[in-house]
Amino acid sequence: MQFFLQQFINGITLGGVYALIALGYTMVYGIIQLINFAHGEFFAAGGYLGVILLTWLAAQGLPPVICIALALVLAMIYCAVLAMCVEKVAYKPLRQSPRLSVLLSALGMSIFLQNGLMLTQGVYDRAYPTAMTSGGFEVGGILVSYMQIFIVAITAILLLGLNALVFRTRIGKAMRATAQDKTMSALVGINASHIISLTFAIGAGLAAAAGIMVGFYYGSINYSMGFVPGIKAFSAAVLGGIGNITGAMLGGFIIGMVEIFAAGYISSEYKDVFAFIILILVLYFMPTGIMGENVDDTRV
Amino acid sequence: MTTPESRKGLLGLGLALGLFYLLLWPLLGIKAEGLFFADAFAVWWRVALPVVLCFLVYLLRDKPALLAVRRTGQRLGSSLSGLISALPRPLLAAIGLALALVFPFCTERYAQDVAINVLVYVCLGLGLNVVVGLAGLLDLGYIAFYGVGAYTYALLAVHFHLSFWLCLPIAASLAAVAGCIIGYPTLRMRGDYLAIVTLGFGEIVRIILNNWMSLTNGPNGILSVPPPDIFWPSFESGFSFEHIWLKKLIYLYFIILLLALATIVAVYRINNSRIGRALEAIREDETAAELMGVNTFLLKLLAYAMGAVFGGVAGTFFAARMRFVSPESFTFIESAMVLAMVVLGGMGSIPGVILGALALIALPEVFRGFELYRMLVFGGVMCLMMIFRPRGLWPAKRLGTRSEDRE
Amino acid sequence: MTTSTSATASAAPPTPILELRGVCASYGRIEALRNLTLALYPGEIVSIIGANGAGKSTTLMTICNIVKATAGDIFYQGQRINGLSPDLLPPMGLCQVPEGRRIFPRLTVRENLEMGAFFRKDQDKIVFDMEEVFGLFPRLRERAGQAGGTLSGGEQQMLAIGRAIMSRPKVLLLDEPSLGLAPLVVAQIFEIIKEINRKDETTILLVEQNANLALRTASRGYVLETGQMVLEDEAGALLANPDIRKAYLGE
Repeated sequence: MQFFLQQFINGITLGGVYALIALGYTMVYGIIQLINFAHGEFFAAGGYLGVILLTWLAAQGLPPVICIALALVLAMIYCAVLAMCVEKVAYKPLRQSPRLSVLLSALGMSIFLQNGLMLTQGVYDRAYPTAMTSGGFEVGGILVSYMQIFIVAITAILLLGLNALVFRTRIGKAMRATAQDKTMSALVGINASHIISLTFAIGAGLAAAAGIMVGFYYGSINYSMGFVPGIKAFSAAVLGGIGNITGAMLGGFIIGMVEIFAAGYISSEYKDVFAFIILILVLYFMPTGIMGENVDDTRV
Repeated sequence: MTTPESRKGLLGLGLALGLFYLLLWPLLGIKAEGLFFADAFAVWWRVALPVVLCFLVYLLRDKPALLAVRRTGQRLGSSLSGLISALPRPLLAAIGLALALVFPFCTERYAQDVAINVLVYVCLGLGLNVVVGLAGLLDLGYIAFYGVGAYTYALLAVHFHLSFWLCLPIAASLAAVAGCIIGYPTLRMRGDYLAIVTLGFGEIVRIILNNWMSLTNGPNGILSVPPPDIFWPSFESGFSFEHIWLKKLIYLYFIILLLALATIVAVYRINNSRIGRALEAIREDETAAELMGVNTFLLKLLAYAMGAVFGGVAGTFFAARMRFVSPESFTFIESAMVLAMVVLGGMGSIPGVILGALALIALPEVFRGFELYRMLVFGGVMCLMMIFRPRGLWPAKRLGTRSEDRE
Repeated sequence: MTTSTSATASAAPPTPILELRGVCASYGRIEALRNLTLALYPGEIVSIIGANGAGKSTTLMTICNIVKATAGDIFYQGQRINGLSPDLLPPMGLCQVPEGRRIFPRLTVRENLEMGAFFRKDQDKIVFDMEEVFGLFPRLRERAGQAGGTLSGGEQQMLAIGRAIMSRPKVLLLDEPSLGLAPLVVAQIFEIIKEINRKDETTILLVEQNANLALRTASRGYVLETGQMVLEDEAGALLANPDIRKAYLGE
């Protein structure tokens, strides 16, 4: 039981990270029907920006909490700008092209960004200043680290913030309208290009936050770290019903749980396989995902 | 020079370059010791200068001096392509073949090595071409079949001492079976879902190879895989067949040349067969094909399996040639590489894929000093190709858009 | 297009609010509009009638630059609007209710209406206009919290028109408002179209296959055939025209 609860907490932590990445996939897919292969790279770039900024800020003698908060915000902004540039360069010129072309352009962008990171940051793992969030406490034999609380808290804030943005604000309404009917939204005066840029920016910002969290969670990051979590997060997005924001959040937590429990109870070597198996099963048996047609009002 | 358009272009360029520096600087300039601007600037101007030059050339493209250059270039290009299309296809193929046959006799080991690599990728590219180019199914896990082929040969040869030539069909059929296993659940999916699922399957195969210690020896790989062998007629001490191992590079070159030729012929025949036409029909409009009585699911599965066969054959050769296999050779980036060849060369076009393989394998060897930048350039080129020349360097003759892409 | 009577020209104010001069448009190699000329004067209802595929919807989509005009000029309030991004037009007072209504299916009825006022900043007037729409279409008030996609065809048409009213248009382009609706609902919708025109002096360009209804609502009419304007006349004259009666009114 204790083991179970411990794993449960780990699952929530990891699931939150996947949920944050999955949101970017789902929002972009919802609005331009593109699997943004480069999304995993925004996540990796966020991780690197995080460690770069944390190192610098810590060297300025700022207290850890402020360091982390600043690094988080700045890395999110960086990745948002990066994503907007990527969209303008690699996807916007292809708006009228066949799907396959855009998909390949996305793939090319992913390879480009990954190698850009490698060339500027090196091929070796980069350690995260985990000392900033070290420590924790015990509740009934279950170890909860401050780092886990930090991850879950930030995830919760971001998820709630996104929900509010999409469902409560004017700009969120415009995002949903554009995802549902681009021509009609232009006819009511919405500039689709701006909305698409914004969607990319928000998705990448969330991914950047996830990158920093993964850095703290695993203690180190690597230039190629976007790939596998990227696929898992995409699985999460599909599991939740692609285009559906609430679904992506839910899917992220499910994938995180499955991975942690599979690693704990079945086999840790094959933990990466389970996400893929879920992806395939979901696509085969219920392609609309768990938040499919019935509750589709939460789709973007 | 001062038209509103060019001014807008210049403004955009300036903005883009400014943003580029802004994005580059944090990666290079923020360090624990402080903020540095020179490192990022050093990289920045190396990119900015050529870009600005290209842009200037573009702006001046209608000035008389450049116009003359452009005209000459166009004339040269059109006369060259005219020459190529004027020559009969068989003659062209014969010239190519003759060059390929003579090649190893007038080159060094190193060049032969590169040539073997190119030919392996030609096999892979052509195999993937059946799936992507002909049937229009985006497969991002193609390298899994290469892996299946390689491991099949490695295991059979090491444990059961089976010959290369016997393993070739076995590996090919196993790859085909793997293709069916992967294809069966995935082929009902829409295009982009298929891409991500095949990617997932490719990763699953790699993870299994990496973790199934008892069978594959995990990340350490399988060592001392035997090379191909043949029985050569020998007339010493009467007539007998002598069993010899083909370890020399030149023999390996001819074996892969043979396999590549077989692949080319096979793919050519598939392209021009009833099945090929049906696959093209599926690519163009799946619903219409179905209504015309094409069994789309079965044919897509067949395309998948056929593609896998060529991957398996290439894999078998790869194992015999490297004498070693490990999961590291079958990562996603290899899949992307093969796909890039197909895309770069021209989807559905056999000479295009050969050109693509040459461009992606041989060119980086020429620019060895820039080894590190290879994948970076390659990703960038893939984007640019999609924007400026989506049909590839040597486009196939019959290539339309799929109806579902036109929305 | 040369049959325009002098009576029309003298009855309407001299400057058109929306004018198309020699407009061409095409889908790929297929020419959809050929040398189209059309003028709309403030405060009138004009209808374009024509068969399936004559280019009626394309005309509206070309005015809004969703389909690019390959030749010709489009003037709105004296300004040439060719090539202007479609999303800039509603703030200028040029709105369209496209064919098939195109409700945002997963936004609520209220949100759909709010989308119509997306570009407007005058919050209190938006609330007032919303009340007005609810007054015109009480059914929408009942369903204000429901997703747009769950409404019936008639309700969706009401919502689409309501959404356009929320933009406070000077010129409203209506594409097939009667499509797929029961006769009773159609009558109701056309009453409201007339009321919008009367009350706010909104100029309306009405595209319809139901020529009889369209010409009874409009003051003038254009007849479109395979992308070309073949006839322009007073609505009454068109209704009386034996050729029109034969071709479009089923006689």
